[in-house]
Amino acid sequence: MHGRPRKAYKPEEEAASASKAVKLRSLQTQFMSNHHHKIYTKEAIDLSTKLLEINPEAYTAWNYRKLAVEDTLSGEESNQDLVKSILDEELKVVESALRQNFKSYGAWHHRKWVLSKGHSSVGNELRLLDKFQSLDSRNFHAWNYRRFVVELTNRSKEDELKYTEDMISKDFSNYSAWHNRSVLLSSFLARKAEGFMPNEKIPEEYKLVHDAIFTDEDDQSGWFYHLWLLDQTVNVETPLLTSSWPSHARCLNDSSSSKLTTFCSESGSFPLILYFDQAVGGVSSSSVAVDSELRGNEDLVWEPVSNKNSQVASVWVARLNYMSSEPCFPKEYKVKVRIGNSPGIVSSRGCNFSTPYEFVFTAHVHDTVREDSQEVIVSWTDGFDIWDAQSKDLNFLVNLDQQMGLKWRQVAIEEEIELFRALSDSKIGKLTLARLLMAKAMISESGVKGVHYEEILELYSDLMVLDSSHYRYYKDEHSVALLHKVTSSTASLSRHLFQYRDMNNSICLRLNNLSLSRIASVEKLLFVQMLDLSHNELHSTEGLEAMQLLSCLNLSHNRIRSFSALDSLRHLKQLRVLDVSHNNIGEHSVDTTRYLCSSPLSNSEWTEDEVGRQMPSLVTKYWDAYFVLRELNLKQLDILGNVIAGDEFSSFVPQVVPKLVWLDGQKLRS
Amino acid sequence: MSDLPPYPPLDPTTYDLIIVGTGVSESILSAAASSSGTSVLHLDPNPFYGSHSASLSLPDLTSFLHSNSLSPPPPPPSDTPDFLSVDLATRSLYSSVEIATFDSSILDERHSRKFNVDLCGPRVLFCADESINLMLKSGSNNYVEFKSVDASFVGDSSGELRSVPDSRAAIFKDKSLGLMEKKQLMKFFKLVQAHLAAAAASSTESDEGAVKIAEEDMESPFVDFLAKMPLPPKIKSIILYGIAMVDYDQDNVEACGDLLKTREGIARLALYITSIGRFSNALGALIYPIYGQGELPQAFCRRAAVKGCIYVLRMPITALLLDKASELIVVETGGYKGVRLATGQEIFSQKLILDPCITVGSESMSSLTDQQKETLRVLVPKSISSEGKIARGICIIRGSVKADISNALVVYPPKSLFPEQLAAIRVLQLGSGLAVCPADMHVLYFSTVCENDDQGKAALLSAMSTLIKPQVPENLQSDSAVENDTAEAAKPVVLWRALYVQAMVKGEFGGSISSAASPDGNLSYNELVESAVKLYEQLMGSEELFKEETSPDNTTEEENDGGVEIEA
Repeated sequence: MHGRPRKAYKPEEEAASASKAVKLRSLQTQFMSNHHHKIYTKEAIDLSTKLLEINPEAYTAWNYRKLAVEDTLSGEESNQDLVKSILDEELKVVESALRQNFKSYGAWHHRKWVLSKGHSSVGNELRLLDKFQSLDSRNFHAWNYRRFVVELTNRSKEDELKYTEDMISKDFSNYSAWHNRSVLLSSFLARKAEGFMPNEKIPEEYKLVHDAIFTDEDDQSGWFYHLWLLDQTVNVETPLLTSSWPSHARCLNDSSSSKLTTFCSESGSFPLILYFDQAVGGVSSSSVAVDSELRGNEDLVWEPVSNKNSQVASVWVARLNYMSSEPCFPKEYKVKVRIGNSPGIVSSRGCNFSTPYEFVFTAHVHDTVREDSQEVIVSWTDGFDIWDAQSKDLNFLVNLDQQMGLKWRQVAIEEEIELFRALSDSKIGKLTLARLLMAKAMISESGVKGVHYEEILELYSDLMVLDSSHYRYYKDEHSVALLHKVTSSTASLSRHLFQYRDMNNSICLRLNNLSLSRIASVEKLLFVQMLDLSHNELHSTEGLEAMQLLSCLNLSHNRIRSFSALDSLRHLKQLRVLDVSHNNIGEHSVDTTRYLCSSPLSNSEWTEDEVGRQMPSLVTKYWDAYFVLRELNLKQLDILGNVIAGDEFSSFVPQVVPKLVWLDGQKLRS
Repeated sequence: MSDLPPYPPLDPTTYDLIIVGTGVSESILSAAASSSGTSVLHLDPNPFYGSHSASLSLPDLTSFLHSNSLSPPPPPPSDTPDFLSVDLATRSLYSSVEIATFDSSILDERHSRKFNVDLCGPRVLFCADESINLMLKSGSNNYVEFKSVDASFVGDSSGELRSVPDSRAAIFKDKSLGLMEKKQLMKFFKLVQAHLAAAAASSTESDEGAVKIAEEDMESPFVDFLAKMPLPPKIKSIILYGIAMVDYDQDNVEACGDLLKTREGIARLALYITSIGRFSNALGALIYPIYGQGELPQAFCRRAAVKGCIYVLRMPITALLLDKASELIVVETGGYKGVRLATGQEIFSQKLILDPCITVGSESMSSLTDQQKETLRVLVPKSISSEGKIARGICIIRGSVKADISNALVVYPPKSLFPEQLAAIRVLQLGSGLAVCPADMHVLYFSTVCENDDQGKAALLSAMSTLIKPQVPENLQSDSAVENDTAEAAKPVVLWRALYVQAMVKGEFGGSISSAASPDGNLSYNELVESAVKLYEQLMGSEELFKEETSPDNTTEEENDGGVEIEA
């Protein structure tokens, strides 16, 4: 139960508990001996009953009973009366154990096990649950078991939904009831059941939760449900394509005058990037049709861009070859990409990509030789010109598809914003308002007026001061909002775009000195080839993996603490220049992220490669650097100003990155 | 009374204390005195327990209201050689008694015994109030069972009843409050709770930084404090009249008979808040005794009887006996010796407590010495109007004032029904679940404090016409006019109605002869209990009530069909 202070034991209670312990210990010893010797006689089973009556937490005893039941029933399956009487006895033992402690995991689990045998009356279970739930309406074990029992019975989901409503109106400080409501509603909404159309039901649910939040804004349960509703309002179940590179009607020049899309490639291919609003699987040459005049692209290989080795990702990339054996001369090639006409793309929640989408772009191929430029050191301080982007140059900005029934979502969010301005004097009120404003920005057509980025930023700034224990979360959200703001219009993005003279006038996006702690809005930045993120507060490069065109990246003066935090860069096949100077790499010898990465101990890969054989001790020492760097094709690396930097590391790096020309501003070889 | 067989003479004839009247105050006093070892003779001129707090059948109620407004029978000739005898008179507490039967079948034999109608309604108990504490302390809770009042409403002239959002869950469920109003109201409740918690903590240890209402606010008018919070008028009205149960219009300082201070207002909210959830079976703050309010005095009387108190009903007293010679007067008794019963028997005691309607006429007083006058001073009738009057009404209705709800309280705040409405009108509907009426009916109790009979009755009639279908004399009943109005058609029909105005008499300690308090105009017994406790302390010299009693039987009670058994 909740809110009951723990009292110190009185001497007589202590004595009682001591004698109970003695009794328990002797029972336990006898029981364990029975268990080891697989004794399933009636006396032995009774002994376990006695043990469980005193201590329902003795899970070994529950497991023993399962074995005992199996043993007794083996070969007797046809004897219905025996089966029933034995299982009923188990239910009785569980019930008395639950009376002792109705939060015993083992007891509830045993009950599930008995019930799943299918010989017991399920109606009885609901009555028992009502009793336990009236004792403590928030007991999540009981709620859990309730869902299990309801699955077994014909009890309608509508009745269960009504039940959650009753429990909530008795006392709305009941996470379990709200949670069960969200579980039940999810299935109704997904089925679009009668009376549960999202555009009608979700606004109703908002009204219900408003009553809870406004009655007692200090109670968290309502806020949690509100967050779930907001999620239902913003997120569309079926996956959508948010952006692509190249985007529709672009002219793709291989080193020519058009600035934004000039792309220089040594490999004779260029990437085709699809960015979805959620992780999807099944992107392949059969689900995505690419008609191109470029030969040799009949069977494109689509790869998920994901740090986990999974087959779902929100970013997918394929490489289109344009070099062929025949001599190259300037030519235009039209490429047409069609998605969603044939099935196959499925979200991780199991929803099909069902909105057909098609885009066409033109690739101009020029043959250029520019070997010398690759030897020139890239400087992040000079050589930049202001670039006066025209809106036509930046029409990559994505327009949301109006088919997804955005209208009710926008109306609902707008109403929520109006309402929650009244609660913005509390922390959770501020956070919710910021989330709502952000949601509004996300489901508004881009460039639409009335998105209050300034207000969002101010709210998160306030929260960082008011609630310092969650500072990092607010900081991250602040960064996300700031990046949304920067990428929200051509005008605002242009302020950060420059041309780098020394590299073919490549477009450089400079997002330095913005105190960013997290990267976002990458879907709008797929065209960027040079990115300056220096002088921020970044801890990781997560998100950058989608920027497949990126060739130069400046991460100096950030808060990166290990090479593992750069893991996502491994996906950037074009990356040549990387500046991670003045970070905290190597500051912590124990890196928690390493548990998420492949560990050197379990990986035999490196012991077989050349560097691994030549200097196993350095590889072991710098294993996280090794795993990232060996997959990058770097020509220039800056690592100065990190704990890890030093002579030893400087000697190690060129071994791992053989093509490296510049290390910390020094040319390695002529 | 003459057809009753004559009583055998009482024995013994001398007691520590004689109490006349079995109302709530008198019964508490007799139970308390008996428990402390005092010998008590408890008399009542009526054939039932409860006096002005009794619950009666309709004919008994009618005759009680009427008989009390008549003069008592002439006392038998006084012929006492040893004592000076002072004849007693009975004044009626009730005036303007008006009883109407609209459906004569209600008085049929099959119905008549199913009614247990309160004389002092509307009245309920707060789960955390002093009367409950006293019952638990005395053990008289064993003789009564309660049920919850299911709902509480605030009404107005439109006829709409809005439920009183008196708890967190009720505020959550309320459909008529706006979201900001919910927020403001709950914030206010939290402030009160924090204040109470801080006050409780500071009584044991000094607790700095705890939220407390400022001392200067505590002395300010409650209505100003509510406005300062700031609470909108609608919510202010709900708190004042629907929860704090204030009588007079707090927004009108000139006309307001009693401007409530914040301290008192917070205390009333505290009572309400602590009442909710005190007993696991009680739904809200209010409970009502099954079989009517008359059960309460009876429970205390039973407790007294267990402790040795002697009970005689149907036994009026006719005269007081005083010492004849002034030189014989014992200072403690002020010359009081005893009483003469209607049977003529003389009974003696140290002290005497009388029903509030017993007085001594001024002509009897004129022949007495100053000291004797002093002894009898509490019996001299004061001008009743200055004490305040309570207009009461009872309606037996078919149907309910609110669909699906049987037991409910309705409050009409001042000015809510008509502009001249001075004080709140409270209405209590009770159903057959409480064993007060037949199954298809409800009893409605109305009350309001008033300055004069006409004003009070006009106010009650206004509330009645808002809740109940207007009366159509039986012979004129037809299917015309009113029946077409669906709102009117849905209203319950009145079958029987009583209207009367009760005078309020405060309890008074007078040395050897004291007077108990009459029922007051409040919804609860709190002030009545308070005055009884005070009187007891004066009588017994600051001795605590029921100090010996601790309910030792902590037997686990069985849950029975929604009944509330109160237990410590």
